[in-house]
Amino acid sequence: MSTNDDHLDANAAGGALRELFSVDLTAAGTLCATCAHSFTFAEALLYARAPGLVGRCPACGEVVFRLVRGPGRAWLDLRGSTCLAIRMPEGR
Amino acid sequence: MALVSRGFSGRRRDDDVKLPPGQYLTEDFPVLSAGPTPQVRTERWEFTITTETGEEHRWDWAALRALPAEHFTTDLHCVTKWSKLGTMWEGVSLDTLFADVETTADYALAHSYGGYTTNLPLEDLLDGQAWIAFSYGGEDLTAEHGGPARLLVPHLYLWKSAKWLRGIRLVNEDTPGFWEGVGYHNYGDPWREQRYWGD
Repeated sequence: MSTNDDHLDANAAGGALRELFSVDLTAAGTLCATCAHSFTFAEALLYARAPGLVGRCPACGEVVFRLVRGPGRAWLDLRGSTCLAIRMPEGR
Repeated sequence: MALVSRGFSGRRRDDDVKLPPGQYLTEDFPVLSAGPTPQVRTERWEFTITTETGEEHRWDWAALRALPAEHFTTDLHCVTKWSKLGTMWEGVSLDTLFADVETTADYALAHSYGGYTTNLPLEDLLDGQAWIAFSYGGEDLTAEHGGPARLLVPHLYLWKSAKWLRGIRLVNEDTPGFWEGVGYHNYGDPWREQRYWGD
């Protein structure tokens, strides 16, 4: 089986993620739960022509996040990511 | 730029046709996909029904095409709010494929080439309600629309009609699929507007 492809880079998910979090998650580091590849969220392959946003690991293609936005609600599934590394301001 | 789909708000009302609540009519056939489009060659295609006891029923492409096929016309309703009416398909009824399957399971999990999954009550796949479709509009089903063969369960929102169908697992416990696990309704009846959890 081969595939063709039609994705964006996940910088395009920045606005949607900023609605949920007060930090810019596209700059956050993460590990793929499937292949342990280390990357920033912005490097994920983003599939946006779907009922939600789907981010896939740039190394193995497995799903690392799903974000669905409904009226007054949002659902974020991060089970494909094992950890988030978020830059924080110094000061303590 | 926010790219989250906000329900693809309806832009058109067509009072001459009856649509499920919140839907608008479209003439084209939008392509939605949560990943790369699998290119599955029919020589390597196979479909399996796996029962709750682990018994496997398997068809290759030739075996599928040797089964009696049906031509049918149906309406499609996508949870992103477009509806397309009068679409013409050819496929094999799941009643035919389940004819020799012994099961007491209540639920089915359809799974696809590419990893997509969706869950349904088994009863929604039977009694003339669902097909494996391999032709659309008189042509072989293209990969972007789920070819070589996709599930069609047109009485539910279209995300339940898994593209690139590879198999159906029968299970005793209902397990949310790809979208059902992240906010979309577990059943997805368009006439009851069951889009999201709690609808």
